[in-house]
Amino acid sequence: MNERVERERRERTRAWGLLGRGSVIASPYLWLLFFFLVPFAIVLKISVAEVQLAIPPYTPLFAWPEGGSFELFAVGDNYRLLIEDSLYIRAYANSLKIAAISTALALLVGFPIAYAMARAPRAWQATLVMLVILPFWTSFLIRVYAWIGILKNEGMLNGVLRWIGVIDEPLIILNTDIAVYIGIVYSYLPFMVLPLYANLVRMDRSLLEAAADLGCRPAGAFWKITVPLARPGIVAGSFLVFIPAVGEFVIPDLLGGSGTLMIGRILWTEFFSNRDWPVASAVAVILLLVLIVPIVLFQRHQQRQREAEA
Amino acid sequence: MRRGLSGINLAALTLGFAFLYIPILLLIIFSFNESKLVTVWAGFSTKWYVAMVENALLLDAAWMTLKVAVVSSTVALVLGTLAGIALARLGRFPGRTLFSGMVYAPLVMPEVITGLSMLLLFVALSWARGYWTVTVAHITFSMAYVAVVVQSRLLTMDRSLEEAAMDLGAPPVKTFFAVTLPIISPALVAGWLLAFTLSLDDLVIASFTSGPGSTTLPMKIYSQVRLGVTPEINAVSTVLVGIVSIGVIAASLINKRAMVIREREAQAADP
Repeated sequence: MNERVERERRERTRAWGLLGRGSVIASPYLWLLFFFLVPFAIVLKISVAEVQLAIPPYTPLFAWPEGGSFELFAVGDNYRLLIEDSLYIRAYANSLKIAAISTALALLVGFPIAYAMARAPRAWQATLVMLVILPFWTSFLIRVYAWIGILKNEGMLNGVLRWIGVIDEPLIILNTDIAVYIGIVYSYLPFMVLPLYANLVRMDRSLLEAAADLGCRPAGAFWKITVPLARPGIVAGSFLVFIPAVGEFVIPDLLGGSGTLMIGRILWTEFFSNRDWPVASAVAVILLLVLIVPIVLFQRHQQRQREAEA
Repeated sequence: MRRGLSGINLAALTLGFAFLYIPILLLIIFSFNESKLVTVWAGFSTKWYVAMVENALLLDAAWMTLKVAVVSSTVALVLGTLAGIALARLGRFPGRTLFSGMVYAPLVMPEVITGLSMLLLFVALSWARGYWTVTVAHITFSMAYVAVVVQSRLLTMDRSLEEAAMDLGAPPVKTFFAVTLPIISPALVAGWLLAFTLSLDDLVIASFTSGPGSTTLPMKIYSQVRLGVTPEINAVSTVLVGIVSIGVIAASLINKRAMVIREREAQAADP
């Protein structure tokens, strides 16, 4: 008797457990399916439609009139445009180039900072990490805006350089690719520094001492020990800067010149200025295809790191 | 080993933090500039703050942004926490690979793609663009950040307390609310704050998904910046930077205090 009650109680708990487990998974799952995955299917659909003056401003994908037969209206015109008009290909290539150079620069700037943070006295480290994160919390748009006042022809950088007598004529930096590099490195630097720091701080320093004891010079030890041990951080940081930089809109728009071709900006123009939703969708589909390789590589890398740590 | 920093390391830190902070400091300084020029100092003045407070359009946009940020970050906290638990604790389930892909993808997805695809969904559903569409879009991209923060906390936390509670007969749900949730609460605070500031900050996704009458503050700032740099934008930016910095610093201090108290309790319990 007692045993039966106990068993029933246990089964009830189990049933509730399964239900709870199911709803814990289902609510975020369904949300993401509906608001993240389904929208991509719609982008794909509209990328093969034609633009038309109507609401919504694109042609339907198919028609199935009563008594009629199913008709599909998919057109490849938008994709043909992306291939035939060299503007788009140049924009994709230029985005990749700018993102790659910015990533390299961010690594160059970020590594010494992360290294010094990892070497700082223990008591400082939490504060230093906090100081790296804090600018990341403050508005991206505002931080990009701040550079306009610095880089302008009559801006603060030129003012300082002229005052110390390095230059006579103002350097033209704003509205060039250089300003875009500065903007990307500045905005994404925390993404580079934090993974690097996380790897460097765990490094066993006795390895360096051993290398020194065995007669290895500090520079040699740096390349042979520190850099390989920091590799997971270098890889993660580089992906975190590179991937979003490829599709960046705000930085090239505010700091770049009219000649700074970046694909995020093209997509924005197609959508907001030209009101050509189908071409904007096709641009998005190709951008996603371009980024899928680094995104998958990044996810695999993170997965391996998590498994290695567990 | 020497305790201090070598010259090169100290220089790297100084230059690095100068690079990170000087632009923001200059922005704040010039919000108090008397002149309309943001690059030439002409004396101290708070007139741009007065202009900001009297700018009704700007205040409307700020209020809209705040409403979106509070609601979207709170819903994102719930959904993101559930997603983090599902990924960290519930082992294998059908479609897990797709799920974890969908959780991580928004972190690296270019904002223009997220914005465009959300807008096209809303158009397909014939939802009127406005407050709710921006909020739903913000929930979707910020819940990913919450999920990552919560998941990593769950994976690194010490599970012995949970096991002890279960051994003493607490059912899983009670264990979760009485033991796990208090332990991961700093991560929940961090996740909420992250979602809140991401929403406060977003220009691109809001531009795609908002409609007339639901202009957010970043959209307003952006359209003014395109017309030219004015000290009034510096003043708005200074207020935003101030609010966010105070929030983040306060959260980390509370966190630190909680940790100190826990450590003391642990020491007291363990003579």
